[in-house]
Amino acid sequence: MTATIGWLGVAIAFVLALAGTAAPAALSGRDAARSFRLGAIAIGGQLVLVTAAVLALVWALVTADFSLQYVAQNTSLRTSLYYRVTGLWAALEGSLLLWEWMVVALAGVVAWQYRARHPELMPWVLAVFSGVSAFFLGVLAFAASPFDRLWPIPPDGRGLNPLLEDADMFTHPPLLYAGFVGLTVPYAFAMAALVTARLDDGWIATIRKWTIAAWLFLTLGNLFGGWWSYHVLGWGGYWAWDPVENAAFLPWLPATALLHSIQIQERRGMLKVWNLSLIIVAFALTIFGTFLTRSGVLSSVHAFSSGPVGGLFLGFLGLVLLGSFALVALRADRLRAQPELDSLLSRESTFLLNNVVLGAVTFTVLLGTIFPLIAEAVTGVKLSVGAPYFSRVTVPLFLALLLLMGIGPLIAWRKASLDNLRRNFLWPAGLSLLAGIVLAASGVRETWPLLALVMSAFVLLTIVIDVVRAVRARRALAGEGPVAALATLLRRNQRRYGGFVVHLGVVLIVIGITGSMNFSREREATLAPGESVALGRFTLRFEEFRVTERPTHARVEAALRVFNDRHDLGLLSPALKFFPTQQSPIGRAVLRAGWKEDLYVILSGFSDVRAGQATVKVLLRPLVSWIWIGGGVLVAGAALALWPFRRRLREA
Amino acid sequence: MAWKRLLLVFGIGAPLIAVLAFGFTRDPREIASPLIGRQAPPFDVRLADGRALALADLRGRVVFLNFWASWCPPCRAEARALEASWRRHREQEVVFLGVNMQDREDAAREFLREFGITYANGLDGGNRIAIDYGVWGIPETFILDRTGRITYKHVGALGGETIHAKLEEALRGEVSRLEGKGEYRSIR
Repeated sequence: MTATIGWLGVAIAFVLALAGTAAPAALSGRDAARSFRLGAIAIGGQLVLVTAAVLALVWALVTADFSLQYVAQNTSLRTSLYYRVTGLWAALEGSLLLWEWMVVALAGVVAWQYRARHPELMPWVLAVFSGVSAFFLGVLAFAASPFDRLWPIPPDGRGLNPLLEDADMFTHPPLLYAGFVGLTVPYAFAMAALVTARLDDGWIATIRKWTIAAWLFLTLGNLFGGWWSYHVLGWGGYWAWDPVENAAFLPWLPATALLHSIQIQERRGMLKVWNLSLIIVAFALTIFGTFLTRSGVLSSVHAFSSGPVGGLFLGFLGLVLLGSFALVALRADRLRAQPELDSLLSRESTFLLNNVVLGAVTFTVLLGTIFPLIAEAVTGVKLSVGAPYFSRVTVPLFLALLLLMGIGPLIAWRKASLDNLRRNFLWPAGLSLLAGIVLAASGVRETWPLLALVMSAFVLLTIVIDVVRAVRARRALAGEGPVAALATLLRRNQRRYGGFVVHLGVVLIVIGITGSMNFSREREATLAPGESVALGRFTLRFEEFRVTERPTHARVEAALRVFNDRHDLGLLSPALKFFPTQQSPIGRAVLRAGWKEDLYVILSGFSDVRAGQATVKVLLRPLVSWIWIGGGVLVAGAALALWPFRRRLREA
Repeated sequence: MAWKRLLLVFGIGAPLIAVLAFGFTRDPREIASPLIGRQAPPFDVRLADGRALALADLRGRVVFLNFWASWCPPCRAEARALEASWRRHREQEVVFLGVNMQDREDAAREFLREFGITYANGLDGGNRIAIDYGVWGIPETFILDRTGRITYKHVGALGGETIHAKLEEALRGEVSRLEGKGEYRSIR
């Protein structure tokens, strides 16, 4: 019954999606209002049907209905309610359904919000949404259905993949999908503008906040992925430049570039073709990412199931890339007549440079990711591209971005005068150089970390000095106190200060990455009860093993008492988890987070529970916490930029 | 003008898609053994009957080296074919050597008894030999020629005809460039 409801929902929605895609073309754009109504009905119908399908699958998961293959493979009778619900995205089929649900939900919001605006564009916007939705529904109905039945019905299911059994199952995957799906909005508007040849700037302002929101979700999705990897996978790292990680990171790069270059188009009417290209590339990279993770064409530490879906995604990717850019090529004549750059020393040119650098990062990461394929196609040689390539190539580019991040927001539009430069950059440059000298004197001698920290200081100082000046001016002008003046500034100029706060978050993340990547220390030791291992200011004394039974697995914990200059800081208990369905145990690392450094402990093995020797790996990773704090600051900044202050004023 | 730009779009886009499509014809996890055509890594091993054996002592004869475990279904599947091939080729300058790995000794002995294996079998307790040979799934078989060079590697279960053909090649000193694969894959 559940399976029938789900499958029918998906199949009927697929038909509706096809109709919705064809609607404006079938009406040949004569009657835009009618076309919009048809499109909106199609979207609304898909939303209802897909919601029913999602609820059917969640119901089947929660009630452990093992007559569905998907349920039997991703949940078991021992699985707790939390992981039954999150089982919706524990494997390919359910993830696609969640993704599709997000697409139609977003389409519904867009259709509702712009029902009275962009009358020529909206029919096509909805058609593009229906088209994207049709692709996913087609895959869900015919290639990777979560509603396939299983016979005979097994008494119990296989259960959730043990690595997914973590609280972050609720954050990382949905956030990442939300980011991917969010990039459909700019893409749909861009396609609509190209098809209708209405390339005036109205739609660019509309997609800006959608792009910020999508960008925010992408950023959070990646950060939560890093956090998950850091505290679950037990290797002490948060990013490994693995193909699947790159796939999640790649759309973020053109989306970031777009956020900046949109401002130039809004302000100066420049870079229209460039912005369209960024939108298409960002959207195509979300499809590319799914293709990469689900096709099995590249070897990755992330073992995802693959199947016929890879080929379908490749076909869709080809359609999106070639079709969209062909449209750009055909419309390029209308995108001309743009003003030229006035000067190299201007905000336009720094933003442009930021885009060029982000484009270069996108290209190098993409090249590194698919290089094994290119190499094998051309020379027949198997090889893999690892972290050293990515670090060496991208670190200088990221540092260039950091520098531009300091300059961009403060340099004048059109042409910066010497006075403008001196006023804004003399103090930050001087002070950050001073900070560099102090750092070098205190022992930070390697070039790249030193540069990263100096530039972080530079960006921080430009922001601080600019805000202090603005607050002072406001106080002189309106006689407000410092806090009230700051609040007024944030509200009145939320885009600018939202951007500053986001930049602040990025600087914190850079500091965290710099610290943890360059100044980590580690030690491995095999300890009998009572023996200790010391690293940095910490001493860890191994006390005993504890064996506990959890609903889904057995756990062996090594209790280690941590001392810091003879203060007892309590117990840390890294564990090995033994799942009956897995041949090898899964580690559970523990960490003691701190402002300065994290103490990270991994239980690598034990001789025998009775003989009682534990082999532990202890890591000191400086400044990692600042990555997560920076993430929080970044959310606050994006929220500030998006918060509807204006509308409230208007309504009041 | 428009067609030139279209050409540019397809000129860049189509090869990119083609490279990605090429990926479907390849299995990225499958890496050819670098050992083929090279000298086999030397080892000493304790045999099931208690004697010790060094690979170096077998120089001058063709060696059929088979890694196995008692719990592995494809190993059971090929066991009779292996014993039959050994009886067929034992008059030639050929030695069969099984290497038991990832196993319990009593289970391994029971397996040898069950299939009436008469060729020598070593017990590789710490999997040291298997690691040297880069074994990642069992059964895996290596054939060495008279000079101790690896001429053939086979992943998965073997049949009598393949064994015969590859032993003949090794006796002539020919190296198979390609790895063999059993249709019975031991690892998903």
